[in-house]
Amino acid sequence: MTGMKTPLAKVRGLGSGKTGTETWVSHRVQAIANIPLVIFFVVSFVGNAGKGHAEWVAWIKQPIVSVLLVLFIANFTLHMRSGLQEVVEDYVRDHGTKFFATIAIKFACALIAGLSIFSVLRIAFGG
Amino acid sequence: MAKAKRPLSPHLQVYRWGAHMAVSIMHRATGSALAFGAVLLTWWMVALATGHEYFNTVQGFAGSVVGRIILFGITFALMQHLASGVRHLFMDAGKLYELKANSASAKFTFYFSITATLVIWAAAYKVMGAF
Repeated sequence: MTGMKTPLAKVRGLGSGKTGTETWVSHRVQAIANIPLVIFFVVSFVGNAGKGHAEWVAWIKQPIVSVLLVLFIANFTLHMRSGLQEVVEDYVRDHGTKFFATIAIKFACALIAGLSIFSVLRIAFGG
Repeated sequence: MAKAKRPLSPHLQVYRWGAHMAVSIMHRATGSALAFGAVLLTWWMVALATGHEYFNTVQGFAGSVVGRIILFGITFALMQHLASGVRHLFMDAGKLYELKANSASAKFTFYFSITATLVIWAAAYKVMGAF
């Protein structure tokens, strides 16, 4: 690209921010929700430190714990998705790499959410 | 044609390094590190749902020296991200832009995260009956 254009001229016409505001606000709402969920998570894991398989399973089987864990996983994976995407958008210049990295982040976050939530449910509903 | 050397607006390298810059980049670094932590948590959750044998393998790794160093790092990342995240929420609300408050709150996130990490680990060792 020639250097005759000003930085502003280079970005003009690349499109609007689209759903940028909504993503930005959602990211903050997820952050707020994460505060109590992280405190619950840390306090629980410290309290159960060193416990064996049976004790961890019994702990997760409590309805309140299952629900909070599912909410925590769902919330932090969404927060992580838009957070990682923001990092990629800021630091990756190449459009192709940026596109594939963004898709990879979405897939990875969905996989993490799917596997973890299924594990909690399997323990919660298991025999 | 040689690359035009037009003057650009001052960027990172011309400013004196400060807590406000450290906390900013640490927010992103710790956030990215926590994504790695999320992968480990998933591995652990899957192991727990799989059965006690596989769970013990994963717990064995978590309890090893390497595992404990990683978990200690993740604990710090979580506490630092939590503190700098709350600071960001204040800044989103238009607060903490005054130089003194900005610098003090930036430093506070580090005091908080270091203290919280040590307290969490001391509590965990206490629960496990280490002392």
